[in-house]
Order: sequence, then structure tokens, then C-alpha cells
Amino acid sequence: MTTTQEISLQTEPFVLNMGPLHPSTHGVYRMRVTLDGEVVLDIEPMFGYLHRGIEKLMEERTYTGCIPLTDRLDYASAMGNNLAYCVAVEKLAKIRVPERGEYIRVITAEMIRIANHCLAVGSMLNDAGALGTPFFYLWNEREKLYDLFEMLCGQRVLHNYIRIGGVSQDLPDEFLPALEKFVPQLHKFINEFEFFLKQNEILIARAQGVGVLPKDVALNCGISGPLARASGIKRDLRKDDPYSVYDRFEFDIPTAENGDCYDRYRVRMEEMKQSLHIIDQAIKKVPGGPFRAKVPQIIRPPAGEAYGHIEGPKGELGFYLVSDNSIAPYRCHIRSTSFINLTALRQMVKGWKIADLIVIFGSIDITMGEVDR
Amino acid sequence: MTTALSAKEIVSKLSAEFPDAVKEAGADSVLVKSASLPAVTEYLKTADGLKFDYINYITAIDYYDYFEVVYMMTSTEYNRSVTLKTRCETRNRPTVPSLAGIYQGADWQEREVYDLMGITFKGHPNMKRVFLWEGFDGHPLRKDWNK
Amino acid sequence: MNAVSYAAQAVPADWPGGYWWHWLFYTVVIIVFVLVMVMGAIYIERRGMGRMQLRYGPNRTGPFGLLQPVADALKVLLKENIVPNVADKIVHWLAPVIAFTPVLLIFAVIPFQNGALLTDLNIGILFIVAVSSISTVGVFMAGWGSGNKYSLLGAMRNVAAVVSYEIPMVLAIIGVVIFTGSLSTGAIVDAQDIPFILVQPLGFLIFFIAASAEINRSPFDLMEADSELTAGFHTEYSGMKFAMFYLVEYAEAIAMSAIITTIFLSGWRGPWLPPWLWFIIKTIIVFFVMVWTRATLPRVRIDQLMALAWKFLFPAAVINLFVSAIEVLVWPDISQWIFVGVNIAVAVIAIGVGTKMFKPGWGKVAV
Repeated sequence: MTTTQEISLQTEPFVLNMGPLHPSTHGVYRMRVTLDGEVVLDIEPMFGYLHRGIEKLMEERTYTGCIPLTDRLDYASAMGNNLAYCVAVEKLAKIRVPERGEYIRVITAEMIRIANHCLAVGSMLNDAGALGTPFFYLWNEREKLYDLFEMLCGQRVLHNYIRIGGVSQDLPDEFLPALEKFVPQLHKFINEFEFFLKQNEILIARAQGVGVLPKDVALNCGISGPLARASGIKRDLRKDDPYSVYDRFEFDIPTAENGDCYDRYRVRMEEMKQSLHIIDQAIKKVPGGPFRAKVPQIIRPPAGEAYGHIEGPKGELGFYLVSDNSIAPYRCHIRSTSFINLTALRQMVKGWKIADLIVIFGSIDITMGEVDR
Repeated sequence: MTTALSAKEIVSKLSAEFPDAVKEAGADSVLVKSASLPAVTEYLKTADGLKFDYINYITAIDYYDYFEVVYMMTSTEYNRSVTLKTRCETRNRPTVPSLAGIYQGADWQEREVYDLMGITFKGHPNMKRVFLWEGFDGHPLRKDWNK
Repeated sequence: MNAVSYAAQAVPADWPGGYWWHWLFYTVVIIVFVLVMVMGAIYIERRGMGRMQLRYGPNRTGPFGLLQPVADALKVLLKENIVPNVADKIVHWLAPVIAFTPVLLIFAVIPFQNGALLTDLNIGILFIVAVSSISTVGVFMAGWGSGNKYSLLGAMRNVAAVVSYEIPMVLAIIGVVIFTGSLSTGAIVDAQDIPFILVQPLGFLIFFIAASAEINRSPFDLMEADSELTAGFHTEYSGMKFAMFYLVEYAEAIAMSAIITTIFLSGWRGPWLPPWLWFIIKTIIVFFVMVWTRATLPRVRIDQLMALAWKFLFPAAVINLFVSAIEVLVWPDISQWIFVGVNIAVAVIAIGVGTKMFKPGWGKVAV
């Protein structure tokens, strides 16, 4: 290596086992890190500590019965998983969702995006050593969103709300006024939060230029979502492949150039603002009518296959369903965002320090439930 | 809107380049001979007017008689997608050439398919189980597993 | 015999019972003071950080959760003492003791009020600097003796930090010593008609930062960086031994607060209130600032920590020392209030220019 090391003592790299029980591996992620002092030479990720065989379980349940399983994939954004699965089933069975149902879906999907980004940004800053303060501030807002979800479907975390052909129940009367009141409040909070952290010297020193993911590597790895957009890939399925009624809303796709941790944080913050903008428009436009198409509890989609994907909070979340005209999917493959987004971690952390490894890992924003399935 | 590139269009382009690679053209997917898969993918990734540079997913389905491996690629430039399929007829150590050298994103997904479906990807740099532990009996997503 | 007679000089002439009673009294006072202050510090830290983080903090044990430190202590004392198989047993056992003793020793030279201290060494400040770094030996023993790689990494970071930060810290103290002309803590307090925080603003900032780094308070809490190294050097400690390290952490913070109070905030001096109360109030205020920074700032990286010490604090401390020396040498007799203005200007310029020029550097290494 460098000349200084040649003349100094003979050193050798050592292997550090990080996880599955480690404070900042966001669940049960494990990696074997090869270190030269503080410098990360190589990492070898290991998965499977949360593998529940959800794809196999789905083969033995009815199409509707699979929805609660999707909740348990990415438990930080359960509503998004419901939506992705239902979009795929509707594509397979050619079901049209009524207008009101679509608008409710958009509102809930954007709410869960904000909730997820609150968690992602908060835990990234926590990993950077901000010791909980930004984390708690963001979680406070996330709790308020979860209160709204509770009002909506009686569930806070695992919502199981979106159904094939619509949603499980209509909006309660007090929901839209409460949401309308909450949106400007959250907007104000986000601006305040940005004021505190956007220019923070230590955060910039820790995050800017750290863990750069070049655009071509990101594309080659199949990376999507805020992670890809921070690297300059302007791709958002809400615009590029609109599902639901996203083509009726006005919003921007925030992107950044450098692809470092700081850009990922910025992109997430901007995305929260855009989500609020979408919610604002959707509240005003929610039409009347049925909230769910007349779909029997047990459906038998025609034999065939369909791939439905949405722009989940973490990126492209897709379900590939194969039907053999029975009541259960013949095969269901989950294109899990977290798993594929982790592909590039090794390239991103090489040569950085352990402290950076933690921050870079935090900036990817994964949920182990989705990685291991 | 990401439009699925119609199979006809793809087939016409592919058959010009690789005369005997395409086995069958479905409604929205192309069934490719497994031996010519890397070459076809390489072509799809780099050829002008195609540029399928982003791999959506890799998965496999067990149809008892054969395994079907499904690849979906998207071109971020032209916003179009294509679904490739390939089959392996044997249940005992089925093998498909690996795409890990072409798409880095294929690396772990192929390992996942190997882990859960038992399809070996030839040429993969690190063909190990990814979710289950070494020594796990069988491949759970096969339809005859644990029956 | 010699030792006793030498130490007896430090005892006030009118002290009843002579040297040994004095020694016994102050030993008890120091231990009680440290333990009580640590409990208070834990309470302040947990409640204060709770407030800053939109939560309540402990509020179930006793009124306003005041008994929480007691409950914590009881809990931790009753826990099983686990020693890892691969640990170096003796080193593992000795480490908390070696880390804890120097912290108590620091208080030997801290004046609680005029003349009220165990011994007014004429090299008091030097004694503090020397003794406070012994804790590092204990920490490194803990890291090495645990047989855990996380512990070892944490301990190595600590040694690196202490070795680097000792230098700007001492240089900052020398600025004060130049003004007082004495190393004795008592004399330093006596000299502060104007608190030295005003006369030596740059020195104060450097000392505060360096002290934070040396006792591992955020943003320099690298050695126990919980998100990286689980708990750093005390990962493998449990029960009583963990309690010792916990005690060390807060006792060190209190000790540093007390030192800052003594050197820069005119110690026990203050109007109206009794001097010892002033001393405690100032100590708590300094400690609260430490809690405040902890709740506010993210953590720096190890190379940034080093860069800050060598590229920013060290030159700034040298400039401070140089300016102070010139002031004392050229104008020994004029009012210190003039120096207040000059030194604040120097501090502002030094920090402004320094931050412009300071580059943390390094970052990615080619592997």
C-alpha cells in the first residue's frame, strides 16, 4: 500500500463481524467486514436471519389472503406493499378500481412515503451519531401520520388496508379534515428541520462526498428509488409508468448529482415535500362513489402472468404473479427494493472508514423484512 | 408510460442478429434458448435503439416439467421494457448461463433463485445460498419441496 | 515522614486535628461529592436530553424521576458479572479501577471554596493534566482485556484522541497560567477578578473542545460510538464493572466541568450566594452545555477528529499562547479589561480564518 506503511510495523487486516445483533444494522443484517485499522477493505453481506418464506406462503393462500403477508415485507411502509400487490393482482385479473378508491390509494401511498422517509432520514442521522434528537423529531411526525392511519383503518403499522379492487373501507368523515390540518403543519416542520440540518457542518463533513454511487453503477445494479435519484437517474415510476391516478397530479421528481449520502438525505427531504404537494391536490379532488369495485372475496384470475410495480418509498417495488386459474397464486415473486438496492453497498463502502460504512448503510434505507422476505 | 416492447418487434430484431436464439415469441415475452441468453442480453443492453440498461427482476417458476427463468429489463432511455424467458427441462441440477457479468444487479438475484429454486447459474462468480444456510435440505420454492 | 510534613504545608494552619483529619474529611467529601454529582449529572443528562428530544425522560421513580439514578445503580449492581472466555481476566478486572481512580484524584486540587481543597499543590494544573490522562490506560486495558474487536477499536480511538487533544488542551491552559503566574488552582481562582473566559475566550473554546474530546462527550464520543461500535471499550462489561465505567464517564464529565469552572469561570467566586454553591452551580452549567452539544450535534469521524486537533486547535492554541505572552510581557500593569477586548477580537479572527482554511481532508482511501 502506501509508503508510510511499508516502513512501519507489519500490519495485517482483521475481520470484524457486524450484526445480526448490532445497533445500526436496522434489524438483523449481518456483514463480515475486513478492516485495515479503521479502513474498510471489503465487506461480505449475509442475509436470511428474517427469512420467512413469504413467497412460498403466498402460494398457499387466496389472493386476498396474501395481503396481510405483504404488510410484513417492508413493515416500515406497509401501505406501499399492499398497493404494489393489489396493482399486480388487478393487472392479472383485469379489475378496474373506482375513482374514489384510486384517490384514497394515492393519499395513503403518499402518507406512507412520508412516514418511511421520516424513518429513513432519522435513522441515517442516528447512525451518523446525532444521538436521537433528529430521530425523535421525525418520529414525532411519523406518529402523527400513524394516528391518521389508525383513524383510517384501525391499524398503525401493518395496515392491511388496500384491497383488490379498492380499499377495505371508506374514509371516515373526520379523516380528510384532520389530514388537511396536518399537511401545512408537516410542511412547516420539514422546513424547520431543514433549517437545522441542511447547513450543519458536521453532517456535511460526514455525509458530503461519502459513499458516492456513480450513475452507471447504480443503473447496472438495478437500483431504484431515492438512492438512484440521488445519483442522477431521473426515474420515478409515478411519472414514467403511472399506475393508479398519478398521471393526474402535478409534482416534481427531485434528483441530485453527486450520489453521496448527503444527496440521498436531500432527495428524501425534497420528496417529502412533493408528497405533501400530491396529498394537497388529492384531498381537493377526492370524488364520491364506491371505494371498491365489486370483487368477490375469492377470485380466480385467468391463467397467465402479470408484473405490477409501484414507486414505493424505497424504490421500485414489484410483484410478479403467475396464475393457473386457481384461487391462489401459482407463483409470486417479490421484486424487493431493499435487497436489490443493497447490491451496490460493497462498492460504496470500500476504502471508507467504519463510521462511514454505518452512515452509507443507513443512507440506503433498507428494511430487513423486505430483504429477507 | 413504460411500454412493453412487443414481442414481434424484438423477435424481428433478434432473429436478424441471432438466427436460432429465439424459441418462441409469446404475447409480451420472448422465450430464448438458454445457451444464447448472455449474447442476447448483451445485445439488448448495448444495441442502439434498445439499450435495456436496467434489470427489473430475475425469477424462476417451477412448472413440474420444466423450470422457467424470467428476466425483465427496462430501458431507462426509451422507457420500454422487455421480458425474456428461458427454460431448463431437467429437474436434476438445472443450469442456466449467468448474467452477473452483464448486469451487476443480477448477481444477488441469481443467488436468490439458486437458493430457493435450485437453478445453478453457470459463470456466476459466487454461486452460494443467500437466504438459507449451507446444508439446507432442498430448495423450498420448488413445487415438490417437502411433499 | 517527609511526605507528611511536606503535605502538611498544604493544610490551613487553623485546621483542627492536623493533616490526617484534613485528609479524611476531604477524602469523604470528595467521594460523596463525586457520587452525588454523578447522580445529579445522570438525572440532568437524561431529563435534559429528554426535553430536547420531545420526550419526557425518566419520570416514574420518585418525584420527577429523581430516584432514577438510584434505581439504575441498584439494577446494575445486582446484575450478573459476565467475563468473556477470551478475556484477559486480570486486565479485565483491573481496568475499571484504574480508570476510576484518577478521576477522584483530580478533585484533590479543585477548590470548592476559598482554601477548601484537599491539597493546594503549587503545580495543581500540571497535576490535573497528568492525572486525567491516566484514565486512558484503564480504558485501553478494558479494550484490550475484553478480547473483543469492537472494544479494541474503541480503545484505540480513545488513545488516539487523548494523545492528540492533550496538546491543545495544555497549550490553552498555559495561556491562563501566563496571566496568573502560578500553576496552583487556588492562585488561579484568586487571580480571576475578571473570569478568564473573557480574558482567554479562544483558550476557553479550545479547552472546552479538547476536554469534550478527552472525556468522549459528543460530538467526539467516538470511542463508545454506539451506532458503530455497539458500546466501544465497555461492550463486554456488565454488572458492577460496567457501573464503574458508567461512573467514570460521568465523573470525568463533572471533573472537566469543575476544571473549566476553576480555570475559566472564576471557580467559587461570585456575589450573594455561598462560594461552594457558586462552584456547584457553575459546574452544572458547564455540564449542561456538554449535554446540550450532545443532543445537538452528529458525531465526527476519527480522521476528522484528528484533523481538528492538529490542523485547527493546535495552531489556534499556539496563536492564543503567543498573543497572551506578548500581552503579559509588554503591558504587565494595565487593566485586564483591555485584554478582554483584544483577545475576543483575536479569537473571532482566528476562528474565522481558521474555519476558512480548515479542511478535514483524507476521507476515502484507495484499497
